[in-house]
Amino acid sequence: MSAATLAPTSTLIALPLACARCGRKQDAAPVHICQDCLGPLEPVYDVERRLPTPEVIAARPRSLWRYREWLPFTGEPVESTDTGWTPLIDAPALADRLGVARCWIKNDALSFPSLSFKDRVVSTALNAVRAFGLDVVGCASTGNLANAVAAHAARAGLPAWIFIPESLEQAKILATAVFGAHLVRVRGTYDDVNRLCAQVADRFGWGIVNVNLRAYYGEGSKTVAFEIAEQLGWRSPTAVVAPMAGGSLVTKVGKGFREFQRAGFLDSTPRIFGAQAEGCAPIVRMIEHGTDTLVPERPHTIARSLAIGAPADGPAARHTILESGGWARAVSDVALVAGIRLLAETTGIFAETAGGVTVAAAASLAASGHLSADDEVVLCITGNGLKTTDAIESAIAPSPLIEPRLREVAALVA
Amino acid sequence: MAITIHLPTVLAPFAQGERVLEVSSGTVGAAVQDIGTRFPSLLPRLADSSGQPYAFVTFYVNDEDVRFLDGFNTPIADGDEVTIVPAVAGG
Repeated sequence: MSAATLAPTSTLIALPLACARCGRKQDAAPVHICQDCLGPLEPVYDVERRLPTPEVIAARPRSLWRYREWLPFTGEPVESTDTGWTPLIDAPALADRLGVARCWIKNDALSFPSLSFKDRVVSTALNAVRAFGLDVVGCASTGNLANAVAAHAARAGLPAWIFIPESLEQAKILATAVFGAHLVRVRGTYDDVNRLCAQVADRFGWGIVNVNLRAYYGEGSKTVAFEIAEQLGWRSPTAVVAPMAGGSLVTKVGKGFREFQRAGFLDSTPRIFGAQAEGCAPIVRMIEHGTDTLVPERPHTIARSLAIGAPADGPAARHTILESGGWARAVSDVALVAGIRLLAETTGIFAETAGGVTVAAAASLAASGHLSADDEVVLCITGNGLKTTDAIESAIAPSPLIEPRLREVAALVA
Repeated sequence: MAITIHLPTVLAPFAQGERVLEVSSGTVGAAVQDIGTRFPSLLPRLADSSGQPYAFVTFYVNDEDVRFLDGFNTPIADGDEVTIVPAVAGG
């Protein structure tokens, strides 16, 4: 064997795929469903691959690619190599309010470059785009993914076609269009947009990140779990609360913790809790009603980033939650606004509506005894409050307006 | 005028490469049985052994998810378009 063949390759190669339902294997490709049974495809990792130690990982650059042995490629990533490694914030005042032993915020409101956890999945999806030599990217989005795809595509110099429901928040529309993406508003709900994008991916052969690149895209969410484990000093919290839209995040967070336990990095894994808004809670209702049949809903909530009435990973999310010993909770729009304020006032973190859902659900789960006084809880804050300011406008009292005179300040302070 | 059924590319190999099929009026379930008779390997990919839809294959009649209508009992008539989309996408 020559020296050349012994040298590790640095060429980015996507891992092969297998059907999660029937097990049928296939070569790496920009496809997301099994050609035989239409089940979801998942990347297949070489169980014999060499894994790094925690010390080796700790010495790597602070991005989600420090966990690259658990991401669906071999070789070096070529796009979005600086995404990930968001802060894990200790939140003792919020822990007191919830009545739990410890509470941390996994703060993806600070994710680079587009201020939501969708940067993680787009980071892996963009590398799949490069591995497959695709020349156009796109997505169906409730907002955060639109921002992320547009930003990452701009950095990569790729044209992006982004499809959103017509009723999105103005900030999310502007924070997509500014990157020069082809932004298309669609009359209908996210579920209508999603169906359209499945047809677009089928017709045009583009890299639609959450359709035909979904097998590679979804794996990026595992890095939330990897980072939490490392930032806690290579241990697991007892509970994680995360918002649910399509259901992929909680599914992949659960998978991430299990993978790190299997690698010998963790003694235990957390109970996983999912949060939805009452106006769109098909996954919560599956869990509460004890059924594995998802009944789609027509969303009606201000938590637009969670407004997916027919979540693709609903059954998988339910399985992950129940297998972990966790539960799920839906909260009202009034409660989610209170959740945004509780988080802001106790931690200094301004979350978008999905974060309010997560905090409000955590409070409700604590009140009902699903979270207890000895729990160490991580709340996943997945997006930035500056994107959904319209949701809280009516809840914030108007500020006093005064003349520039000291006595008027004194009157306010008195 | 007939009813048009649009298949996703992944299912075309089970319909001799066709992506657009035509059926006569009836219900979505009857249309599935009709094209399943013509292309026997297609049938088990569209409906389970009792003729019911799977959770992971979504049927639309003129852009409306049949789960919001009457499922496989949803009536269809001449000029309607039925679109079949694998459900594992999005989010």
